[in-house]
Amino acid sequence: MVEVLRHDLVIVGGGGAGLRAAIAAVEADPKLSVALVSKVYPMRSHTVSAEGGAAAVARPDDSLEMHGFDTVKGSDFLGDQDVIRYFVEEAPKELTLLEHWGCPWSRNDDGTVATRAFGGMTTKRTWYAADKVGFHMLHSLFQHSLRFDRIVRYDEQFVTKLLTDGGAVRGVAALDVREGVVRVILGRAVILATGGAGKIFPFTTNGNIKTGDGMALAYRAGVPLKDMEFVQYHPTGLPGTGILITEATRGEGGHLINKDGERFLVTRDYGVGAKAELGPRDMISRAIVQEIEAGRGFAGSYGEYVHLDLRHLGAEVIEKRLPMVRELTMTYVGVDPILTPIPVRPVVHYMMGGVDTDIDGATSLPGLYAAGETACVSLNGANRLGSNSLTECLVFGARAGRHAARVAHGSSAGSEAVLRRQGEDEQARIDAVRGKQRGGEKLSRIRAEMNGAMERGCGVYREAASMRTTCDEIAQIKGRFADVALEDASKVFNTELIAALELGNMLDVAEAVARCAQVRDESRGAHTRKDFTKRDDQRFLHHSLCSFDPAGPKLGRKPVTLGHWTPEERKY
Amino acid sequence: MSTAAKKTLVVTRFDPDRDSAPRTQSYQIPVQDDWMVLDALNYIKDEVDGTLSHRWSCRMAVCGSCGMMVNGEPRLTCKDPLRQYGETVVVAPLANFPVVRDLVIEMDGFLDKLKSVKPWIVRAKELAAEAGPVRQSPEQLDEFKQFSMCINCMLCYAACPVVANEPDFLGPAAIALGHRYNVDSRDEGARERNQIFRGEGTVFSCSYANECSEVCPKHVDPAAAVNQAKFNAVIDWATGLVLPRGGRQ
Repeated sequence: MVEVLRHDLVIVGGGGAGLRAAIAAVEADPKLSVALVSKVYPMRSHTVSAEGGAAAVARPDDSLEMHGFDTVKGSDFLGDQDVIRYFVEEAPKELTLLEHWGCPWSRNDDGTVATRAFGGMTTKRTWYAADKVGFHMLHSLFQHSLRFDRIVRYDEQFVTKLLTDGGAVRGVAALDVREGVVRVILGRAVILATGGAGKIFPFTTNGNIKTGDGMALAYRAGVPLKDMEFVQYHPTGLPGTGILITEATRGEGGHLINKDGERFLVTRDYGVGAKAELGPRDMISRAIVQEIEAGRGFAGSYGEYVHLDLRHLGAEVIEKRLPMVRELTMTYVGVDPILTPIPVRPVVHYMMGGVDTDIDGATSLPGLYAAGETACVSLNGANRLGSNSLTECLVFGARAGRHAARVAHGSSAGSEAVLRRQGEDEQARIDAVRGKQRGGEKLSRIRAEMNGAMERGCGVYREAASMRTTCDEIAQIKGRFADVALEDASKVFNTELIAALELGNMLDVAEAVARCAQVRDESRGAHTRKDFTKRDDQRFLHHSLCSFDPAGPKLGRKPVTLGHWTPEERKY
Repeated sequence: MSTAAKKTLVVTRFDPDRDSAPRTQSYQIPVQDDWMVLDALNYIKDEVDGTLSHRWSCRMAVCGSCGMMVNGEPRLTCKDPLRQYGETVVVAPLANFPVVRDLVIEMDGFLDKLKSVKPWIVRAKELAAEAGPVRQSPEQLDEFKQFSMCINCMLCYAACPVVANEPDFLGPAAIALGHRYNVDSRDEGARERNQIFRGEGTVFSCSYANECSEVCPKHVDPAAAVNQAKFNAVIDWATGLVLPRGGRQ
């Protein structure tokens, strides 16, 4: 018989959005009990790897209107304008709260918070703590969260299913990684905050844990995924590992250089105008790919690359504002950026798409919320601006936390017998997967094949034929996944079992990405078609939806919320 | 990227459901010249033996998951180049912790210790967001910044001779993080934390071995934090004897 634990609100994921939601919820309701369930210790969450900064208007030469316009333009007008306007308004408050909670923001000489330039942002509005911003934000949030006894942590508990009764979510089934048992954790509302899904691709900045778990949980519970075709390639990752080299390198004045020594964003027309290296990520990534395809990249053992040159910034700026970049390049590619340019190439970084939510973080399933990269609240549209996502975790994590707290207060708990039975079914399902010897397929091979298919069909540039092949391949790989053989029958910390469950999640997410990409016959933001090179507002100024159906994903659409800014050609 | 050689990894294996005591298992594998120790473990996991259990995620030395003993020294395996070792490399779980399985340690104890030092900003009166950011000079930031760099990787606990003998010792990382708030100009909780630091099994249990600072992959220098914390805890106590409010206005 599975153990049943009772709380008011269950939050899945302990990164930036999950922790912010938890704090907001217990502050909103003095009696609320929150379960914070994470498959890792919260401070291992991938928020920790964010480097460059978090955006919010802070300077007298800036305005909410400017931050909003930069964001909607960066989104290629696929961002929802009510969401964007709320976001820019809340952003300064949220970053201020982080300051009050101890985040070591870098400072100007007069003690005010310093800001730096970032891609696609008109002025300096990116708050930073050197180049370890995600790390400092995550640890500040986590340590602050320890004050609240009503936030009850379930560390290293992997949520495998949303439990529903009477048409609403009532809790989760969670596999205790250390003990191998499933527990039912009940709550009258659930917030998904599990981050992105970069690991569906072979070459990504994302950590090993970024497997789209929350997206898959919602999808299987009948909630649509939205705008999944929009996958952000960060322009500057280290070849081989894909380790992120922050956009702050360019914010501080770094240059991108091809093998002929040309600063190609200045010498050639890539649509970024005078912004040059401070253009938005989709455009810079395309420029680098074009340089490489034109034969102007450097050859390397992990594929071709270009140079990110920081030498002219000088040792003091690099050591003071970009210490992590220097540590990373010295450790992983043996390059000291004070003396030598850094080899970089575009790398999968961020999912603009995710669980379809409204501005409160609410999904179509009563009681279910999502926030952060897991969610698609439609702040980022077709292309996210760098440094908007850390702020997004705070602004929409907090809003989802407050709203879910209210809903949890007034909802019924559902039938415990029904929910317990769902937990028991989940235990049986997992017991059948663990150490399953049958079948001839190897886990790591299936994962690698999925990765390869996604890169071939859903890379920086896409076209009908390769996307069709990818869709076919993913469907075929999903079939073979049922035949995966597992070696580890132990109940204790069985990471092979977790990897198999994660791969099942990733296959659902990968299929949604490829299928949504296939039907968008236009180029918008990060979705760039070789066969449809222009944006087509007549036919495609709408969000894509992808819903689970036993027969295969069902595609739909949803209008974009306009009203404040009129879509125009995106030129810088 | 060329295949340089083969190496043998001698890895600690332990499954409490099957093994009465930890054992070792050897894996001879082809390795690349640019691999970290973690890459070799991931190769074993993916290609040789799916039953090996270890924690890892960011592979860029910031999430703190992958600390292990490599040839007897505490290392963050994602930033520990394999090429510096000979043909045989011994990988074991971090010392001074209970082992859950294979290379996975139990670290709930650390989280309790961390919480016990109140690692958050304490203020007599909480500020509203509308009050705006508190001013802090770059010099005030420098007072605590180094101690805020801790990634909770637990290498310092594995290196600490006091933790080895006294598992309840608060330990380097938790002390450094408590001290980090004590020297943050925005904080008003130093008296509470100094009282904690004057308790048993905290700063005064430290034997000045300095091993923690030597193994720290982030140059936090927890030993310096412990020394400063000792000094401040004594001064605070002495001031408290003279001035009933501890000298604070």
